[in-house]
Amino acid sequence: MQVSDGTDHAIDVRKAVKRYGDFTALKSITLSIRDNEFFTLLGPSGCGKTTLLRMIAGFEDVTEGEIFLFGDEIENLPPNKRPVNTVFQNYALFPHMNVLENVCFGLEMLGRGKAEARRRAGEILEMVQLSQFSERKPSQLSGGQQQRVALARALAPQPKVLLLDEPLSALDLKLRKAMQLELKHLQRETGITFIFVTHDQEEALTMSDRIAVMSAGEVQQLGEARDIYERPENRFVADFIGETNLIDVTVKAKDGSRVLCAFDNGLTLTCDAVPGIGVGQSGHMSIRPERMKLHQEMIEAENFRARVIENVYVGTDVQSILGLDGGMRLTVRTQNSDRGKARIFEPGSDVFVDVEFGSARLLAH
Amino acid sequence: MAGGAAGGGGTQGDTYKEARTWLLLPTWVTLSILVLVPVLLMLVYSFLTKEFRGGVIWEFTFAAYDQFFCDRGLFGDEPCSIEWTYLNIFWRSIWQAGLATILSLVIGFPTAYFIATRPARVRPLWVFLITIPYWVNLLIRTVSMRFMLREEGPLNNFLVWSGIADAPLQMINTNFAVQIGLFYSYLPFMVLPIYAAVERYNFSLSEAAADLYASKWTTLRRIVLPAVRPGVIAGCILVFVPSLGAFLAPDLLGGAKNFMIGSLIEEQFKGNAGNWPFGAAASMILLSMVLVILMIYARQQARAGGEER
Ligand SMILES: Nc1ncnc2c1ncn2[C@@H]1O[C@H](COP(=O)(O)OP(=O)(O)O)[C@@H](O)[C@H]1O
Ligand SMILES: [Mg+2]
Repeated sequence: MQVSDGTDHAIDVRKAVKRYGDFTALKSITLSIRDNEFFTLLGPSGCGKTTLLRMIAGFEDVTEGEIFLFGDEIENLPPNKRPVNTVFQNYALFPHMNVLENVCFGLEMLGRGKAEARRRAGEILEMVQLSQFSERKPSQLSGGQQQRVALARALAPQPKVLLLDEPLSALDLKLRKAMQLELKHLQRETGITFIFVTHDQEEALTMSDRIAVMSAGEVQQLGEARDIYERPENRFVADFIGETNLIDVTVKAKDGSRVLCAFDNGLTLTCDAVPGIGVGQSGHMSIRPERMKLHQEMIEAENFRARVIENVYVGTDVQSILGLDGGMRLTVRTQNSDRGKARIFEPGSDVFVDVEFGSARLLAH
Repeated sequence: MAGGAAGGGGTQGDTYKEARTWLLLPTWVTLSILVLVPVLLMLVYSFLTKEFRGGVIWEFTFAAYDQFFCDRGLFGDEPCSIEWTYLNIFWRSIWQAGLATILSLVIGFPTAYFIATRPARVRPLWVFLITIPYWVNLLIRTVSMRFMLREEGPLNNFLVWSGIADAPLQMINTNFAVQIGLFYSYLPFMVLPIYAAVERYNFSLSEAAADLYASKWTTLRRIVLPAVRPGVIAGCILVFVPSLGAFLAPDLLGGAKNFMIGSLIEEQFKGNAGNWPFGAAASMILLSMVLVILMIYARQQARAGGEER
């Protein structure tokens, strides 16, 4: 990946630091966002996602570092000089203007003629299915409709990059799911680079081309959704994305990236490891609950014994809580289907746990 | 169930109505004694005949209004032609009050905006600082402003010392001094309502405007001002109306040339030389002007409110 010339990147953030007094909100962030990409900043509340987005938009000064937009340095430009637009979390629609005037505002400020602005705004409103509401005031619209006006208003001036700060968080679940698809569709249709902020990992996995997982002002991991989910690089990412079992282990032997790990209770298991972990060191092993199967008998050498403590039905799956020797607990998810091969055992049964090859991962602390 | 609830609602409504009538009684009594009765009294007085040592004779006449509007020549026996003396004073007063309002707005708006954009902790302190001078009586403040502006006063001393002016400027007894006086008297009435409006303003709207390529000035004009307009209008009314009837600032700072309605009315009731019915009539004319202005404002507010819905 080429970082230095930046011309093929929509946004290049280089060693960006943000301090508020002596509190450091962002600790040297470096990341590149490709043109035409649906890029997501994902992290728990307070990790600095909004701060980073606002620095790209120009609402926050950059304490140190640089931001490039298609190769042009922009961190010292005021917001009205940056060809990026924002969809605000609370929408920030102008209350005294109707929908059409709201959508026209940016185009007018860019000096497009009134007629041209109205034509373009009309197109965009059509695209978000709001044409029949163009005369209404924002206060006369539902939350979902206001959301789409905010989207239309930000898209109308054809920004090079669209910034979205948790735009769906105020919507109810059903509407949110529908808007996720619509957003993704709009991004494909317009070809505009989207930078999307969310704390909802499921939303991030559904929508993004690539995800930057953030925590405490740092990027923990950057990659495609599948990479992040299947090959987390550290404990934080494994824990934050999806569900996982995290087990304290010690490395007994090593062969390339395969290592033999021992649990506290003496069980051993081979797994993949992130680089830089040597024999004798301790770490966390992550196993996704859906990557384990329960059997009556042992079918592989590394299968280990456990007892089903409890089964929890969660619709599509059954979640079994297992007890191991030494008081350890594991969660296993089994698809809730009669036709599936996997069997669901009653609480109290003794079972063997089979960990899918290559799905146990040793992580650094 | 539904019927029971409705019946209960009915009786409860009646109880509230009764309670409200009684609870509001003190308000109505106070308002009547302090507002309605004095105004009616003045209305009646304006149609009575003047007594030479002040006071009135209970004899109905239009004389006061006639004196205000009609010029009947030296001996008072010619047909009515328009009397300009008092209309000019009114016109000058409106002009002065309007100018003072604009001056207060130009200074008061940025002040209010500044205060409203300070961190929430220090805002009350700023508001407090703005209101400190108003803990002193208006008369004392106006007199001290006279000291400030006079020929050997601190302002002139400063101007001469710094070389901005070669000789002390004549500031006292000018329109300028009246403006300063009115501005100084009523500035907080401009600042406080605008401050309240700006404080309620959602600043992410300004960010959205900047994001959509609006300059600072355009954002102020097209986004901030429409949002805080009720506060601005309230501030303008609160400065304009008392400025219109002010007499301390024109008397103490403006001298005889800069006579305003307030002084005219004040003179009619002071000492033995006054003409009570004439003062009352002038007050009534002033009051009707203010009412007209307030009605225009109310009409506009109603229209703006209608648009919101
Ligand atoms: N204006 C500010 N002054 C001081 N601290 C701030 C300010 N804005 C944000 N922060 C702090 O910076 C951190 C990151 O905030 P933010 O970017 O809003 O997080 P996120 O959007 O990921 O929830 C938080 O700890 C927050 O308290
Ligand atoms: Mg945030």
